[in-house]
Amino acid sequence: MKRITVTVNGVTHEAEVEERELLVYFLREGLGLTGTNVGCDTSSCGTCTIHLDGESVKSCTLLAVQADGAEITTIEGLATNGELHPMQAAFQEHHGLQCGYCTPGMIMAATSLLKENPSPSEDDIRHGLEGNLCRCTGYHNIVKAVAAVANG
Amino acid sequence: MIPASFDYEVAESVDHALELLRTKEDPKLIAGGHSLLPLMKLRLARPGTLVDIGRLGDLRGVRDAGDHLAIGGLTRHHDLNTDALARQHCPLIAYAAGLVGDPQVRHRGTIGGSLAHGDPASDLPTICLVLDAVIVARGPGGERTIDASGFFNGFFDTALAEDEIITEVRVPKTGSAGWSYLKFRQRALDWATVGVAAVVGSSHGSIQGAKVAFTNMGQTPLRAAAVEAALDGAPRDAVAQAAQKADEGTDPPSDTWATGDFRRHLARVLTGRAVEEALSR
Repeated sequence: MKRITVTVNGVTHEAEVEERELLVYFLREGLGLTGTNVGCDTSSCGTCTIHLDGESVKSCTLLAVQADGAEITTIEGLATNGELHPMQAAFQEHHGLQCGYCTPGMIMAATSLLKENPSPSEDDIRHGLEGNLCRCTGYHNIVKAVAAVANG
Repeated sequence: MIPASFDYEVAESVDHALELLRTKEDPKLIAGGHSLLPLMKLRLARPGTLVDIGRLGDLRGVRDAGDHLAIGGLTRHHDLNTDALARQHCPLIAYAAGLVGDPQVRHRGTIGGSLAHGDPASDLPTICLVLDAVIVARGPGGERTIDASGFFNGFFDTALAEDEIITEVRVPKTGSAGWSYLKFRQRALDWATVGVAAVVGSSHGSIQGAKVAFTNMGQTPLRAAAVEAALDGAPRDAVAQAAQKADEGTDPPSDTWATGDFRRHLARVLTGRAVEEALSR
């Protein structure tokens, strides 16, 4: 077991974790933050995407011990004072989801994308979301939602 | 999927990492972990101790070293893709780093990790091979340099010893030479079915010093010797004919993505396009 300290959605947690515990299970089962989904579990589908020190990563392919000392944001950390984050609101407005399973990861990937490229073209958005799969194939409305946030 | 149990140690310096590699049982280095962890989750790899070098900040970043760029072994694909020096002096490697995996993978994966993994379907090994890069490794006996041409021994097998760490990758500046990397893949985040890298100079209408290399056309990344020989000193309209030699000396795999014959076809077509694109840059 190793002792780690991580700040998740602004709250600092100290915890004992097994070396082989994946970050996504620490978040879901250790902290009860079940908004981050496990999909393919092979770093392909992106539904487990979170922000690690401000950048999108796939939490199924990180050990919790690798995140020691890091600042993490999950989907639960985006809304402030009961107000949806603009990206969440845009996904709602533009119907950027069907079954919703990929949505937390899509939104975390999209907010990371806009941080790196605040005015992406449609092509930039599509390439920027390459790491996230939507098995309902609802990509058009997802891209529309991201573009709506980018264009203010 | 959960990896088998292992011990975990954080390296505080390269020397500390080397000591851990020497003293721990069945050790394995981990940086971004995006090649190793998937293998561990599938239990294809079961190291006894993970030595985490991911926090060694002085191995990260790109430095101008005169005629070449010195890229720290822990430089992430995302950093290489956006680095101003890399974009200016070796745009091929900056561009190719932006084609690895997807944004999340590029936020974790490192150049040293990609080279050490030695996957013939990976992009950066091919890029280092076509650029005649030099890999700097540190081990218990000190530092040594390994030419990219002698680094890739076989399928997931490199010249790096188990007690060594890639500290730096030196890539020559490409100056006015044109460049291209074309990666054929079936879905956005796939590995290359076939990739072709080209660095091509020209002078007075003839091609000079053309270098071409392949991803996923054999057990290691490969240089296209026959194409390079056919292009050297040739007029620019010789590209199509030279590209027909692209699959000479290759041994492409047949798998669920493509047959070996289709990969040979892709290599010929993409070589022509890559050399033309390089000449246009």
